[in-house]
Amino acid sequence: MCTSCGCGSANLRKLNKAGKEKVVPEGYHVHSDGTIHTHADDLVDHQHHYEGGGQHAHPHPDQSERRVLELERKVLEKNDRYAGENREFLAKRGILAVNIISSPGSGKTFLLEKTLERLKGKIPCAVIVGDIQSSNDARRLQGKGAKVHQIETKSSCHLHAEQVGNVFHEVIDKKTKILFIENVGNLVCPAAFDLGENFKIALLSTPEGEDKPVKYPVIFSDAKVIVLTKIDLLDHVDCDLKKVRKNIRQLNPGVFVFELSAKTGEGMDAWIDYLAKLTA
Amino acid sequence: MHELSLATSLVEQITVIMGNEGASTLHSITLSVGRFSGVEKEPFEFAFPLAAEGTPAENTRLIIEVTEMKVKCKACGKETVHDIPLAKCGKCGSLDVEIVSGREFKIKSMEVE
Ligand SMILES: Nc1nc2c(ncn2[C@@H]2O[C@H](COP(=O)(O)OP(=O)(O)O)[C@@H](O)[C@H]2O)c(=O)[nH]1
Ligand SMILES: [Mg+2]
Ligand SMILES: [Zn+2]
Repeated sequence: MCTSCGCGSANLRKLNKAGKEKVVPEGYHVHSDGTIHTHADDLVDHQHHYEGGGQHAHPHPDQSERRVLELERKVLEKNDRYAGENREFLAKRGILAVNIISSPGSGKTFLLEKTLERLKGKIPCAVIVGDIQSSNDARRLQGKGAKVHQIETKSSCHLHAEQVGNVFHEVIDKKTKILFIENVGNLVCPAAFDLGENFKIALLSTPEGEDKPVKYPVIFSDAKVIVLTKIDLLDHVDCDLKKVRKNIRQLNPGVFVFELSAKTGEGMDAWIDYLAKLTA
Repeated sequence: MHELSLATSLVEQITVIMGNEGASTLHSITLSVGRFSGVEKEPFEFAFPLAAEGTPAENTRLIIEVTEMKVKCKACGKETVHDIPLAKCGKCGSLDVEIVSGREFKIKSMEVE
């Protein structure tokens, strides 16, 4: 039944145009002109706009007529709805969720290993990690005080919201304060899929070069936090930090930037302190 | 390539819309795709017919309108177009802007029968 206008139950039996009686089952919907359609599928956000006398604004014209439907509907509305549910679930429990995105090998898992070690016993964490194949990353993250779950996405190059929401119960408990979601290593695809996180964190490691933000502007402008990793390698790679900062600022003036090495620990204090303050 | 999974989502959505409208033929579909939506026009045009095979969207004319990155400033009221996905007013520099276009990925219209 359509809960916004209730006409599914009130008009359970109604005459159609031809004057024949139709029985309208649960989940179906009858309009004042007698046409019937279903609301059973949950893919459609079916809105009712009333113009005065209870007339439905959306037309149900003759089915054989060629016509243009003006829609203005997001293609990812299904993912967005799952993301919205995830966000609500997390907000109710006061959990901070971050969606960590970078190229493969930038150091997402390594940074998480070090982060979990530092937060162990202080801030209860959970981790969901997405990879196309294998559970290597989950194994690396075990034994650091956080519950970890690996999603193997198989052929898919990104996590989507339903996948993530389905495994919340594997990692989240009453104490959880931070949920880290390590996305599939890819700078393009994950950017289009909201998972219900509070914000996205993009990682960029110094060997990748300073023009990554210019080449992948979508993710680097979306992220609220950018972590420049592997700064211990600055002497060995062709990467000018000043240029990186400039490229980032031009694209995303309000972003928080952390410059650190998960390996040597340089810059890690500011990062850990930031996470602690967010969850305090 | 996430265009195939996006195309599959789109085809699912089309099928539902057509069911609700009682339509059986989809002549054309027009999408509005922001230049910085994360969706690329060419791969999507390649993926759509693959996803549409055996559905009411098979053989449909796909029209993709790519929109520019445009922001409207809440401080000075001006609209500016950027060639990067910058959420900043190009006139007064304010960060208090509304994104008018350039990031969206949506169905604009469908011509059905
Ligand atoms: N030198 C150095 N190496 C790092 C740093 N962070 C990660 N790595 C190395 O980079 C490689 C890839 O890291 P990983 O965490 O698996 O990357 P992911 O694919 O983004 O999860 C591993 O060999 C790490 O040890 C760092 O700060 N400095
Ligand atoms: Mg990893
Ligand atoms: Zn302005």
